[in-house]
Amino acid sequence: MSQTVSFLESSFDQLVAAIGNSLKPDEHFTLSLTSEQSQFTRFNHAKVRQTGSVNDGTLALTLMRDQRSSYHEFPFTGDVEVDRSRAKTALEALRKEVSQIPINPYLVFPSGTATSREIYTGELLTIEEVVPTLLPVVADLDFTGIYAAGLMIRAYADSVGQKHWFATDSFSLDYSLFTPDGQAVKGTFAGDLWNQAAYAAKIQESRTQISLLSQTPKSIDRGHYRTYLAPAAIAEMIEILSWGGVSEASYQQGGSCFAALRRGEKKLSPKFTLRENFRHGLVPRFNELGEVAPLELPIIETGEMVNMLISSKTAKEYKLAANGADQQEGLRSPEIAPGDLPSDQILAALGTGLYLSNLHYLNWSDRPTGRITGMTRYACFWVENGEIVAPIENLRFDDSLYQFWGENLVALTNVQEFIPDVGTYEHRNLGGTWVPGMIVNDFTYTL
Amino acid sequence: MIDELSKLLSSLTVSADWVGLRATQEASTHRTVRDGIPEYNSTSTTQGIMVEVLVNGQIGYAATNSLTLESVQAAALTAQRHAIVASKWAIYPTAIAARPKVVEDYTSPILKPFDALTPGEISEILIKICHTLKVSDQIVQTSATAITTETETWFVSSNGSEAHQKFWMISTDYSATAQEGAIVQRRSNNGGVAHCYQGGMEYLVTPDLWERVQQIGTQAIELLTAEECPTETTTLMLAPDQMLLQIHESVGHPLELDRILGDERNYAGGSFVKLEDFGKRVYGSPLMNITFDPTVSGEFASYRFDDTGTPATREYLIKEGTLMRGLGSLESQARAGVPGVASTRASSWNRPPIDRMGNLNLEPGNGNFQETIASIDRGVFMEANRSWSIDDQRHKFQFSCEYGKLIENGKLTKTVRNPNYRGITPTFWGSLVNVGDRSTWQMYGTPFCGKGEPNQAIRVGHGSPIAVFANVEVFGGGS
Repeated sequence: MSQTVSFLESSFDQLVAAIGNSLKPDEHFTLSLTSEQSQFTRFNHAKVRQTGSVNDGTLALTLMRDQRSSYHEFPFTGDVEVDRSRAKTALEALRKEVSQIPINPYLVFPSGTATSREIYTGELLTIEEVVPTLLPVVADLDFTGIYAAGLMIRAYADSVGQKHWFATDSFSLDYSLFTPDGQAVKGTFAGDLWNQAAYAAKIQESRTQISLLSQTPKSIDRGHYRTYLAPAAIAEMIEILSWGGVSEASYQQGGSCFAALRRGEKKLSPKFTLRENFRHGLVPRFNELGEVAPLELPIIETGEMVNMLISSKTAKEYKLAANGADQQEGLRSPEIAPGDLPSDQILAALGTGLYLSNLHYLNWSDRPTGRITGMTRYACFWVENGEIVAPIENLRFDDSLYQFWGENLVALTNVQEFIPDVGTYEHRNLGGTWVPGMIVNDFTYTL
Repeated sequence: MIDELSKLLSSLTVSADWVGLRATQEASTHRTVRDGIPEYNSTSTTQGIMVEVLVNGQIGYAATNSLTLESVQAAALTAQRHAIVASKWAIYPTAIAARPKVVEDYTSPILKPFDALTPGEISEILIKICHTLKVSDQIVQTSATAITTETETWFVSSNGSEAHQKFWMISTDYSATAQEGAIVQRRSNNGGVAHCYQGGMEYLVTPDLWERVQQIGTQAIELLTAEECPTETTTLMLAPDQMLLQIHESVGHPLELDRILGDERNYAGGSFVKLEDFGKRVYGSPLMNITFDPTVSGEFASYRFDDTGTPATREYLIKEGTLMRGLGSLESQARAGVPGVASTRASSWNRPPIDRMGNLNLEPGNGNFQETIASIDRGVFMEANRSWSIDDQRHKFQFSCEYGKLIENGKLTKTVRNPNYRGITPTFWGSLVNVGDRSTWQMYGTPFCGKGEPNQAIRVGHGSPIAVFANVEVFGGGS
């Protein structure tokens, strides 16, 4: 990895210098890079469905002048001559375009002095090793999923001399095991160093879970049930908070589910704390202006809204102080603080109700009132008197976060689990969510 | 480019049963104005080659954004390594026939080229849209977007394919958000980024643009004081801009052969449809006729052949309520043993083709808008998708719309806000009791159809008339 990273970083640096040298006095630029050299191997029925590699890189060059800006994205190949030529073409096109674009009074120019360099080298399986290493362990199972691995780079540079470089090797195996009647358990196994013993142990854990699914699924009537939501289910809920929920701009423009909380009209439980925590080190802290987010930023502290994510642009528009957020003002390294419920007492504390391992396809059913709908998925069970009775047929829920994270929140587990972000739209994602499980009363099921 | 790609192919040194090169070049512009101020102005270009290599019945792939012979040669050898190691564990032996020879050319229809308007002129239009949307101080946000995309693909293969497609595509979106205290309502032009077409600037400044913009701003305000949608089981009439979503989620995805074969179970999910259902399952009422139609001029996902080289033709997926075909090309058809269509597509050069939708349309029935309304004693008419959720088997769904109207005694009466409905796919389509005629048929699309591992977002088109469903659970918002 180190040779490849050094070569690509050198190419990036030369490109930055070339753009800087061709800049006019009244111009500013930022340059962001997203790059990967990835292997993707997809499985179904413990066989290979598709397998391949992708070498990709995209540069985003933003030109700013006279309170106007635009950006061009173009490929990053690592070939300095090719990339420099494309950058030159992009810069010329931007100059022509920017002069025609109306003024944006809230445009923010890069102004900091931040630099950073983080390189995480891993030990990943070779192309020849992946399939023979993964599949024999699951050959007797209905195993499906994807192994994604390789080098990922995020980088930034600008006209005021800021530069950030973040490169990491990593792998993730996102998989499901199915029973013959369609019941399933979900697992993820991720890191930067392949450990065969840990992989075998993870699969063994999933084997144990799937054995619980052998009984006929129980049909549950719609209604309100005491419910345990496992960390993976909570991570799904956290994901949609980035759809305007924690964004200051969204709040100002009528799109935040937390507006009622901020106005003091509704409350959340003092047990609920949500924060950005970059101490985990899995994602870069810099944003599109080279600004570095604080290591920790509380969003909701013991039920109170204490911060929303504020980008520099939003700060300028609404006369606020920025807090290192990116332009989307979405969560990049979220965590929910754990509670005091020991993991081995979850079923006893649940008593009688539903145990949900995962949720699926969440969306707002009424955003201003915080109402979310979605489906149960994977290993979900009916529990009576602290004992698992049977898996359930999938249920639809529709409930407000002001209820299940409000007065209906009973307890959070005393440990967090890391749920990796295994998304791969356009490129492999970094990071994930650190969340505990939680027990809630009267969770609403509608179909 | 075909010549260059053919030369590249002939220069490759790789031992394989079949090799294919698919080059893609795409340039998009994205302009968004929010509250009359530029929010985004961007141009994105991407370019690369997907190399597919078939060895011992297994395809391996490698994609690179470097177009040099050295890079493509390296990619071919990488793809070969993948194929060799995986061939011992292949789920199904892929035949060369799954990548048929294709010699074709296709270009989207376009009346007004993208450069007919300068970036400045586009910005002025978007700003004017924002200003027109703000019909009152209760409008707290306005937004207007125009996205143009010019995509070209070239495909050559060792069995003689030489094919080229050029797509001109445009997507537009505008919306107004109104707020009064804790009540917030958003109204858009037929749902988020629903206006997606193959064509040019003729789709940005349409004859009805300014009247429509004014109406959207006005309706956003109207919703602030509207009653909540009632909670009842009633007749539901859906506008074509919501049928877009209904067809997509509850017909399109369940019919994808890779879902039925289990490939998608770890991510997007499976399907309640089984392989043995094709040719006999009653999917909906006899009024239900769904076509896969890549031939509709201007529809977002029209094309001449898919990304495996299979020629694309119009076919009935569901005819008079009976399931006829699935969505998937020759490779999936061979695995599944059921008929399909040419719909195995890739989102770009850096992803392998998988079974997708293309244009999926509900064919017209009888009755114009007024006649259809007049036939309903009591019900709700819903327009424009706002939110959607459906289970991993495409069975239990809940969708919400932006704007609703009560239907009482054969007439549209009160406006209702937060209109939601829920149902179970076979029951819902089985209760299709009326389909509007051609005069009510409209086509839309979306650039955001997501599935696949690695993930791929792809463009699809959906056309539909108004449609009426009996005995549907509808309800409003609030906690």
